Amino acid sequence: MTPAVPGSGNATQNWGAREVTVAFGATTALDAVSLAAVPGQVAAVVGGDGAGKTTLLRTLVGRIRPQSGRVEAPATADCGFMPTGASGVWQDLTVAENLAFVAAAYHLAGPAYDQRRAHLLRTAGLDHAEDRLAGALSGGMRQKLAFCLAILHEPKLLVLDEPSTGVDPVSRVDLWRLISRAAADGTAVVMATTYLDEAERASTCLVLDQGHALAMGAPADILARTPGTVTTGDRPAGRPELSWRRGHATRSWHPGPPGPGEQAVAPDMEDAVIAFTFADRTPETTA
Amino acid sequence: MTAADVLIRADRVTKRFGDFTAVDTVTMHVEPGEIVGLLGANGAGKTTLIRVLLGLALPTEGSVAAFGRTPDRTTRARLGYVPQGLGLWQTLTVDENITFAAAAFGNPPPDLDPGLAAVRHRPVGEIGLGLQRQLAFAIALAHHPELLVLDEPTSGVDPLARARLWDAVHDQADAGTGILVTTHYMQEAQQCDRLILMSRGKAVAAGTEKDIIGDTTACEVDTPHWAGAFAALDNAGLPVTLTGTRVRLADTPPDTVAQALRDAGITADVHQVPATLEEEMTVIDRAAPARA
Repeated sequence: MTPAVPGSGNATQNWGAREVTVAFGATTALDAVSLAAVPGQVAAVVGGDGAGKTTLLRTLVGRIRPQSGRVEAPATADCGFMPTGASGVWQDLTVAENLAFVAAAYHLAGPAYDQRRAHLLRTAGLDHAEDRLAGALSGGMRQKLAFCLAILHEPKLLVLDEPSTGVDPVSRVDLWRLISRAAADGTAVVMATTYLDEAERASTCLVLDQGHALAMGAPADILARTPGTVTTGDRPAGRPELSWRRGHATRSWHPGPPGPGEQAVAPDMEDAVIAFTFADRTPETTA
Repeated sequence: MTAADVLIRADRVTKRFGDFTAVDTVTMHVEPGEIVGLLGANGAGKTTLIRVLLGLALPTEGSVAAFGRTPDRTTRARLGYVPQGLGLWQTLTVDENITFAAAAFGNPPPDLDPGLAAVRHRPVGEIGLGLQRQLAFAIALAHHPELLVLDEPTSGVDPLARARLWDAVHDQADAGTGILVTTHYMQEAQQCDRLILMSRGKAVAAGTEKDIIGDTTACEVDTPHWAGAFAALDNAGLPVTLTGTRVRLADTPPDTVAQALRDAGITADVHQVPATLEEEMTVIDRAAPARA
């Protein structure tokens, strides 16, 4: 069998999407997008609302059939999927009942399951909330419960749709610890996020904009491949529509090298994604 | 700074709901032309504090002044507010929403940019989140408010749109408008002139990002066996997180980390680095006493 994704090794089974195109009527939601899901790693899919993140994730877990391209994923029973928002939990059930329902669906029982359940509840900080209704939990606790439900059956591929959106920074750290632990235990994790600092923590990062890939690779590689030059100053350098404010400074993007007297900066992920967006949306600037 | 120069001020404000203290003795203010960031976990009291500042809720103790007087409908007309849910009526058209805001808050109709003008007769629920956000801002800014209150203004926005939104916020501040903004987005903290960090109802830290982080450090663990190191430190009950393949622990002595790794038979280089704002927030939250 050939590897599912370019660059994947033969030693470990990688999953992912290759050149996947999805259209809803006349709208192209995904345009030849590829993403590798590697065991032991977290792949982050970043972009704003409508970029195509959810479509890609749902395609990965087999809930959407692409018009073209290929998806390689383990059997459904070996996939874990956490949908966006509060839809990953049953609001009218308690924390314990939510877990029992998922355990029954996957025929999970016995001492090993009891141990796993207790460990997950403890690391998620839900061990004192077993009898609370899921609908009465805070946003952060509910997302952590949804995560526990998605990973309860020890999936090989774990797909998380914006697990941290609307979650406060303190709960996000807990959630990131749970995600990191899953990856460290050998799970292939794919997560969508709107937070660039989370993308920077992932092993690989796919930046989506309007259904196509702006950039993909290890965060450090994406930064290194930032198109053109980002400069900083106290006013826009060059065309004002290619400048933006960062606190008291103004960043400017140049398709080529900086002009005389302009101070180039090493871009962070935020600068890089904006530069990729400019290069993509204004092709004449890079001509 | 005289009292008249302060746009909004909370003086030892406490707000209780039954025996639950949502806001606990908070003192803060916003001056013209400054951007003040309000940070904190969910349930820290940010939204309740904003409701008290807007005059939507009365403080149980302490006092609030907006433009030198008790918040009411007349002070409400001098500020712009964009709530987290944007505060638009989904089934009304863009024009109807504008008419409603004019009738309810006295906001004059904004000049719509071409993107919004093209959809002015469509229900707001159908125009997409990006345009909805633009509309909420246009309505909030139309009457040139002296104070702008923004609750999570950029959640779900792509990086370029977020940069454009912050351009608009900075333009307002440059023109003398005071801004109070809540955010869960740590990178946005650097857009603010000042930060106020809330935890369990109290304002626990204030100042610049650097002021708030202070001397707090984190340990970074360098090892090719990062997965094993992560699992070992997690099993030891330490507050471990992962950045790429770098293992980090906020506010944990290096000796403790090194010992836990030795116990698990893992060789690694442990060194101290400054904590991030996010790490500082978790440290403060862990240390905060339970709410009264």
